[in-house]
Amino acid sequence: MSDYAVETNKSKAPRQASKEEYLSLGRNKLMEMFHTMVLIRRFEETAAKMYSMQKIGGFLHLYIGQEAVAVGSMAAITQDDYIITAYRDHGHAIARGTDPKLLMAELFGKYTGTSKGKGGSMHFFDAERNMMGGHAIVGAQVPLGTGIAFKIKYRKEDRVCLTYLGDAAMNQGAFHEALNLAALWKLPVVYIVENNMYGMGTAVDRASAVTELYKRGCSYGIEGMIADGMNVFSVYDAVKEAAKKARELNLPTLLEVRTYRYRGHSMSDPDSVYRTKQEVEEEKQRDPIEQMKRFLLSERIATQKEIDDTDAGIKKVMAEAVEFAENSPIPPRESMYDDIYV
Amino acid sequence: MKDDRQMELTFREALNQAISEEMESDDSVFVVGEEVAQYQGAYKVTQGLLQKFGPQRVLDAPISESGFTGLGVGAAMAGLRPIVEVMTFNFSLVAFDQIINNAAKMRHMSGGQLKVPMVIRGPNGPAHQLAATHSQALESLFAHVPGLKVVLPGTPKDAKGLLKSAIRDDNPVIFMESEVMYGLKGEVPEGEYTIPLGKTDIKREGKDVTIVAYAKMLGLVMKAAETLAKDGIEAEIVDPMTVRPLDDGPIIESVKKTNRCVVVTESWPFASVGSEIAFKVSSKAFDYLDAPVELVSSEDVPMPYSKTLEHEVQPTAEKVVDAVSRVLYKK
Repeated sequence: MSDYAVETNKSKAPRQASKEEYLSLGRNKLMEMFHTMVLIRRFEETAAKMYSMQKIGGFLHLYIGQEAVAVGSMAAITQDDYIITAYRDHGHAIARGTDPKLLMAELFGKYTGTSKGKGGSMHFFDAERNMMGGHAIVGAQVPLGTGIAFKIKYRKEDRVCLTYLGDAAMNQGAFHEALNLAALWKLPVVYIVENNMYGMGTAVDRASAVTELYKRGCSYGIEGMIADGMNVFSVYDAVKEAAKKARELNLPTLLEVRTYRYRGHSMSDPDSVYRTKQEVEEEKQRDPIEQMKRFLLSERIATQKEIDDTDAGIKKVMAEAVEFAENSPIPPRESMYDDIYV
Repeated sequence: MKDDRQMELTFREALNQAISEEMESDDSVFVVGEEVAQYQGAYKVTQGLLQKFGPQRVLDAPISESGFTGLGVGAAMAGLRPIVEVMTFNFSLVAFDQIINNAAKMRHMSGGQLKVPMVIRGPNGPAHQLAATHSQALESLFAHVPGLKVVLPGTPKDAKGLLKSAIRDDNPVIFMESEVMYGLKGEVPEGEYTIPLGKTDIKREGKDVTIVAYAKMLGLVMKAAETLAKDGIEAEIVDPMTVRPLDDGPIIESVKKTNRCVVVTESWPFASVGSEIAFKVSSKAFDYLDAPVELVSSEDVPMPYSKTLEHEVQPTAEKVVDAVSRVLYKK
């Protein structure tokens, strides 16, 4: 692999902020980030349990292990900015602030769900929070996020669109067509590649000719960046910088975030055929929640009791979400004809 | 006072006026596609728009249908009203995922949270000797999909009025034209007007047979009707104009009057808009039919290049006259 791509592309790691800068985010924001990461994990664990109890059908793709990506990136933008993602979308909706009750109800296929029981796990939407959807055809959301960025520029708005995709989506044509347009028309979009090392059961090096994925924007003159997806601050730094560039210069960025999913691709995935238990255990040593916890404790931002209280509070939220989903009505038959046309 | 003055316009000019007027009245409307700006449109439908509205609203896209169609869907989700021009609908196949999975389903999958107000337009159907990949009438593929509206105007007047409605519509609209119709002239009202989507129009009144046809086939069946009239057969020509959602009421009413029906489409016969209309007529007007419904379509083959074969594959006025003779048991 030649380094030519790197040189021409100026791909790089983001500036690593100092500990003082992270502390300057303030206790409230830091605790909120921690809280959201734990909330995502408990939501996913609960969803897995409900799936095994057959309360949830279809495909269920869990975000466990990748929590720092959604939380770190969204901490770096405002609620006015847009986000759009793929089908592993629970973490993004929760990080955006969607009520877990409504999300759980959607998983249960209930009428109170975010899409009134028509979307399910892979299609979470929260238009009020500019969460423009989970999208289930690999790579198909990349032109959509680019189009949202087009609208931002067309309307001369001070906003940015974070467009999340998995590593495998980079091999789709739609990805490349969209990147070309974003660079050609200078659109305020940040492409966040959540490189969790596998596209379903295929390792990145078996699917992509170039395994340093951030380099793959170079043929469009799009700057590549890389961040540690197991470290919420690393993601935060990178997105902060990329979003600033999008806002101020209308320049897109291709940000590769190296992360890892602890669970299989979906609930039905026998992941023993493509990776070892040992690998998974090793990756867990870098756990994003544990890292954040250590930071909060060592910097005396939170006490162990406060950490424990966070967990206890979230347990209650999950119990309420399940109860709400359980007790919600199923969609009425006539509703199948709703919302097909405006 | 009603302004009923008329002017003669080509199909191309009528479309151009529709786009231009809607862009003037609504700044969320923009045009994107291959060669739509500097080149002035591969078929000159967008002529002058770049000069009038500037490069922010009239954008030349690279040849990447999936990319710029998807960009249009995203922009529409966020509140704009894109008009995506495909140079021909043959190339829309490259963007099929964006159209079928994203544009058509977004409202449904978001439980009504989002809408996709966009128009995807361009020529459909065979032109002259462009062979199989460039000579396809694809409306049946799009009409199959809930969430899309599919519009196929047959006259300059309909083209302008329907396109204005399509641009104002809050749903994704597939708007299909034809290379060989862009030069077609017709009377168009001088004043502002729109024609609603999803409304069938009676183009010619008659008592002996109902002929259902749209788009390019409209001119062809009008010619056939003249021939038939010489033999004392008065055909009623019914033009759905929008094939999804299909306003089948006037079709059924017409068949109840004439008791005979010929459906004429440019597309392939199998699982087509034509076969759907024939089915609707057969089931909803069964007791009124004096003969089985006839379907005149293109032959069930990919389009050959050779001029003679190309002609023979497609519906002709003679084939329509023959089909009418069959439903009248005159053959």
